Amino acid sequence: MSDKQNTVDDPTRRPPLVTGEHDMADVTDIISRVVEMPPPSLAWKIAITITSLLTLNLGALIGYLVWTGVGVWGNRSPTMWGWPIVNFVFWIGIGHAGTLISAVLFLFRQRWRTSINRAAEAMTLFAVVCAGMYPGIHIGRVWVAYWLFPIPNQMSIWPQFRSPLLWDMVAISTYGTVSLMFWYMGLIPDLATLRDRATTKVRYFVYGLLALGWTGSNRHWHRYERAYLLLAALATPLVLSVHSIVSFHFAVAQVVGWHSTIFPPYFVAGAIFGGFAMVLFLLIPAREFFGLKDIVTMRHIENMNKILLVTGSIVGYSYAMEFFISWYSGSLYERFAFINRALGPYSWAYATMIFCNVLSPQVFWNKSARTNLWVSWIVSILVTIGMWFERFVIIVTSLARDYLPSSWGYFKPTWVDVMMFAGTFGLFLTLFLLFCRFLPMVALSEVKGIMPHGEDADGGHPQPRPPQPIEPSTAEA
Amino acid sequence: MSDSKKTTTTNYPERTVGLLAEYATPEAILEAAYRVRESGYTKWDTHAPFPVHGMDDAMGIKMTVLPWIVLACGIFGGASGLLMQWWMNAYDYPFYVSGKPLFSIPANIPITFEATILLSSFGAFFGMLGLNKLPQLWNPLFRSDLFRRATDNQFFITIDARDPQFNENQTTQLLRDTGAAVVDPVKKVDRPVRIPPTLHYVGLIFTLFAIIPPAVIVAARASTKTEPRVHPIPNMDWQAKIKPQRANPLFVDDRGARLPVPGTIARGELHEDDHFYRGVVGEAWAKSFPEQISIDAKTMDRGQQRFKIYCSACHGLAGDGQGMVHLRAVERQEPTWRPPSVLFDGPVRQQPIGQLFNTITHGVRNMPAYGPQIPTEDRWAILLYVRALQRSHNATIEDVPEDLRAALQ
Repeated sequence: MSDKQNTVDDPTRRPPLVTGEHDMADVTDIISRVVEMPPPSLAWKIAITITSLLTLNLGALIGYLVWTGVGVWGNRSPTMWGWPIVNFVFWIGIGHAGTLISAVLFLFRQRWRTSINRAAEAMTLFAVVCAGMYPGIHIGRVWVAYWLFPIPNQMSIWPQFRSPLLWDMVAISTYGTVSLMFWYMGLIPDLATLRDRATTKVRYFVYGLLALGWTGSNRHWHRYERAYLLLAALATPLVLSVHSIVSFHFAVAQVVGWHSTIFPPYFVAGAIFGGFAMVLFLLIPAREFFGLKDIVTMRHIENMNKILLVTGSIVGYSYAMEFFISWYSGSLYERFAFINRALGPYSWAYATMIFCNVLSPQVFWNKSARTNLWVSWIVSILVTIGMWFERFVIIVTSLARDYLPSSWGYFKPTWVDVMMFAGTFGLFLTLFLLFCRFLPMVALSEVKGIMPHGEDADGGHPQPRPPQPIEPSTAEA
Repeated sequence: MSDSKKTTTTNYPERTVGLLAEYATPEAILEAAYRVRESGYTKWDTHAPFPVHGMDDAMGIKMTVLPWIVLACGIFGGASGLLMQWWMNAYDYPFYVSGKPLFSIPANIPITFEATILLSSFGAFFGMLGLNKLPQLWNPLFRSDLFRRATDNQFFITIDARDPQFNENQTTQLLRDTGAAVVDPVKKVDRPVRIPPTLHYVGLIFTLFAIIPPAVIVAARASTKTEPRVHPIPNMDWQAKIKPQRANPLFVDDRGARLPVPGTIARGELHEDDHFYRGVVGEAWAKSFPEQISIDAKTMDRGQQRFKIYCSACHGLAGDGQGMVHLRAVERQEPTWRPPSVLFDGPVRQQPIGQLFNTITHGVRNMPAYGPQIPTEDRWAILLYVRALQRSHNATIEDVPEDLRAALQ
């Protein structure tokens, strides 16, 4: 199959990352065609109708929640935190994969990231939107949400910066802002491409405005490359710190099963795991529907599956470590908390989590599984489900049964919980579909940069030669 | 997109501001870049759809100062984050939360770290745009249809006409020599910058609307109002509960404030001890003091003090019924006045102590009830003093202790 022609693992030669004998003009055409097709495809229209309806449902439910109060959710004593925070951590975790692909893989000089980083960063931004919505609406008195910010007020008080809730607010805002800047900066050259191909005045104006007058000048590229490297280097500790801070919501509390130093690395690994699953979930259909098979190739899918295997194994190892640490601690409550997770009233959730997170990615040890699109897609769905259940198990089991048995309870979500979560998927997919329609899904300039253009057989570049002395001009005026 | 206002441009002169040369491969433009630089040009640039390896060296571009800008922004961000947290939580409004230290580096690190990253990122992004002088939405190069391929798959060299070495023919020849497929002049129309008339109106309307919010705020702050503040979110202002002065139709008497159920006894008010609280033992008046009262000098002194305060006004300091109130009543010839009893003689001396207690508590004839005014213990103390008065008026010199007899004689 031509699909797999670049999944050969021959260390003596680099496999092509853009298959199908395309040159740069082809790449531009393939990606721009998606944006420039005058009526969008029927599939896109149907998809966006469904997701828009889900988004409207989300909006209506948020209105209902703000009007009536937080009691419409299932958060009751003793599980004062329920689906809203599970969903929040779920979405933020998904967002982290985009930054990892953009920033960390860039620092590791993984050239294959160029086909997927644009879509992944867009996914990050939309996931941050879905995640950030939850802290905003769960506070009850949404109209005084500005109290979270250090704005001078007539009460002369300031926020409590020593709280993980404030750390989280700052971290998520920073993450959203930096991701937006990074994504937009990457878009500038590609928006210039769309501007230069624009056939209608509206497109020319809008893309021209957004492209900021980019001309591809090398003097500009020089500073651009520096800024890109610096942002990548900044975004890497940022993504680690943001999900660590999200884990501090739990790790800094005294609840048994939460108060553990394993949480920051455990959460970060889990976030990358879940995020890559979402990237695969989106890109496997996208490359089919939008004709990107030669740019998001089988090798890219295979590499992402390998990362899924690695991070899934780290997550599985973390689960085992948690058990060991709880036993080693000798603390009655700590030991009970973990036995309760596996064997208590939520054992069904725990089993789902283990199956989806630990067992399902292990199929990727097998090369034919790694290079099979259906297996990849199904495993990505399972992993997404499993990562949701991981957060659910951590949060709800520890709260449902903590120190005092007389306070134990069982959490049940309400219809508002469920429909709102479905609504966030609607919002996420609506934004993603709009992104696919109006913006280039692949980082054109970066893909062109890694395409072969006159390299030696071993991938070397023409060596820079020292400049010759300036010859005096031979003719006058 | 080519210029649409063709009719107006023909009225203005066009001049060449530079040369544009197109190349098909990165190798070709790299080689050409070396040649152009070696020929001594300084005001020139190369354009590519992606950054070409080795072009910085070919063009002699020095490392940008952007990293230093980012460092400065990062240091500023970190310091600001830390300072903000210290000032807001430890100095301006010291915020005590569960005994945590007001300023503690470990607790303040997350926000400091995020502030560092945020400001560094702003430095990288806006610094890059600023150093590149972007956005620069207008550029004579955009008038060239050829140049549109610069962001697609072709490579270009542009040489600015302001370069001291620039000569249209020679520079064109040089570029042709380096292998340029096409060499085009870049034209600029010298047209005075004119803002379209509609934008004048748009700007005017926008400015007028933009003045409204600050004007409203200034007016509000400079005036006083008689109406209460607008209160859009009622929150828990009106609660469905009964307050004391509010009517309550649920009860027959429509009152919100309810009296206690009949037979309700407040804590400490049960007063089961009949002897102590009512001077009654069984069915008859008590003949002795209750056991809560210790018969000692302290109680006697207390009783004497209280007697002087409450009783002596009518009954006199000696208990002889010649108190000031009585003397005044006699002087005024009050018709309904009945003289206060003599305490050390007559019927009062015969009564059991419990009955006397009852008299003080509830009053008798014209004497009001002193129970509400005098605590129970003090009433018994007063009675101890009354007994002392009774004893002293019916005693002989033998009843006095020997060491005190001399003072009396």
